[in-house]
Amino acid sequence: MATPTKWGIVAQFDSPAAIYQAAEKATAHGYTRVDAHTPFPVHGLDKALRQGPSPLGWLVVCCGLTGIVLAQLMMWWMNANDYVIWVSGKTPYAWPSTIPITFECMVLLSGIGAVFGMFALNRLPRLHHPIFAHSTFWRVTDDRFFLSVEAVDPKFDSKETARFLESIGGKHVEIVEG
Amino acid sequence: MTSAHSVAHNTAPSLQQLAPNVVARVRDGDLNLAQMVLLGLGVVLIGAAWATGGEHFYASYLVGYMGVLGICLGALFFTMLQHIVRAGWSVSVRRLAENMTATLPLMLLLFVPILVGFESIYSHWSHAQIDPDLPNFDAVVAGKSGWLNKTFFFVRVAIYFTIWIGLGTYFRRMSIKQDETGDPAISLRLSRLAAPGILLFALSITFAAFDWIMSIDPHWFSTIFGVTYFAGSFMAFLAFTILLAKWLGAKGYLREAITVEHYHDLGKLLFTFVVFWTYTNFSQYMLIWYANLPEETRWFADRAEGGWGAIGTILVFGHFFIPFAFLLSRHIKRNTITLCIGSAFLLLIHCFDMQFLILPSVASHEGAHGTAAHGAEHGEVAVAIENGLARFPHDLGTYLHGISWGDFGCFVGLLGLVAGFTLLNVRRSNLLPLRDPRLGESLHFQNI
Repeated sequence: MATPTKWGIVAQFDSPAAIYQAAEKATAHGYTRVDAHTPFPVHGLDKALRQGPSPLGWLVVCCGLTGIVLAQLMMWWMNANDYVIWVSGKTPYAWPSTIPITFECMVLLSGIGAVFGMFALNRLPRLHHPIFAHSTFWRVTDDRFFLSVEAVDPKFDSKETARFLESIGGKHVEIVEG
Repeated sequence: MTSAHSVAHNTAPSLQQLAPNVVARVRDGDLNLAQMVLLGLGVVLIGAAWATGGEHFYASYLVGYMGVLGICLGALFFTMLQHIVRAGWSVSVRRLAENMTATLPLMLLLFVPILVGFESIYSHWSHAQIDPDLPNFDAVVAGKSGWLNKTFFFVRVAIYFTIWIGLGTYFRRMSIKQDETGDPAISLRLSRLAAPGILLFALSITFAAFDWIMSIDPHWFSTIFGVTYFAGSFMAFLAFTILLAKWLGAKGYLREAITVEHYHDLGKLLFTFVVFWTYTNFSQYMLIWYANLPEETRWFADRAEGGWGAIGTILVFGHFFIPFAFLLSRHIKRNTITLCIGSAFLLLIHCFDMQFLILPSVASHEGAHGTAAHGAEHGEVAVAIENGLARFPHDLGTYLHGISWGDFGCFVGLLGLVAGFTLLNVRRSNLLPLRDPRLGESLHFQNI
């Protein structure tokens, strides 16, 4: 068995206001690999954590454009090239008749891109995460708020970071290994 | 809950408690000049269009009227929509919409020129021969004469305006009453009333669009027509509201109450209704194109002639592709300058949309004695729409040659009148629903 390595330090907070202020202080103090874990969305927390904009939108646009191109190619190939069928006097590749399917393919690929892109960006699905080892982390789906600082943070120092999290009001400050 | 105010009396907190820096009311005499300039501009432009337009004035006026009426009706829909979904974010914007609905009595007054020009605008059915024994008998209009007759037409004008003015006045009055009492029961009552209100609204705007625009060409019919009119109207309302809020902000009002977060949401709705307009219009076009029935395609054939093909192309790009690409990014929607540029552009496009719906049908000789046989000739013209891009410069030249300045002037003039009258209402009431239970939520609203 490999020796467990430090994943980071996790601290518990008791209210949305507390986690918001803690996130602000942690990022202001220079930590960059900080994350917050809450039972429900807390407004403005992403800004307090200084997280950049998500690249998901660009991914969805690319998927949507791909859907448009594929749908057009498909209909052009099938209806006007490979097996030409004349329907109600329209030319085999008449643009108005292609719009609904193009629209649907765009929506389909955008939707798939949004869901699975979100999974990929969050590195999901995964069955286990080191943070689960924290003693009170199970309350994250109920009524407690957690702030984590990862060991890969350049400013991370086991003792210094733990002291800092306690100084900003964190409870159950624990080093998590995994 | 240390203070007893909200618990003891079960009323909403006041604006002073929520946001002491927000000004609740326009200062006495402020914005008076702007209001007068807008009202004066409206009167002058409409008067000039009337003086120079001749018989065509009535068609120009209808273009402006339907375009601007859509904004007022969009405001009524917005007000009821926010109540029915019990929206929190929009409370600080809602009073602007309520003040726009208070221009509906003015719109009733402004309907008079349409009544005066009735014989000119709706001659295709009001002058149609519905006696089967006489020559030029128009069987289609005769079949519709139970609905399309002058008396019932005027009765329906009264019915529509009763619904609109009734709903608009009630929602606004109760909201203003809540400013004083802070009674949360008013919000509950309005959200309950909004459900039948929206139903009545949907029916009345649909039939108003049928009556006042679609019936210009009485042989043509489209069941989705009312929805397309609503879609464009609500988009124009959002564009107008964004511009009004931005202007009031520049004058020092509502700046802390209508924040970038609210503009972002209004921008999202604007984007949505750009797409929804396209969706309904394409649905209408595709079915008619696909079935290729002469009685239906003739409407588009009229719009392939007289240079209107160029306006069709402008609408495809200006009402969809360009605003779609422009408004897609959140950075555009969160920057009030770019959002206002988009809004002003879409208001202009809305005027083109109204021209496209109204003017070719007024000019069409087909409507007067149209038969399926006439339509068949023009069915072939519809195919020519497909070559629209190549013909664009030529068509645009024809359009510019045929269009009258009043076709824009009446729209701008009526917009000026409605903006001026809205401003009058804004100055007479509080700028936002001061004691709405969700005002706090709205003032602190943030997009995730």
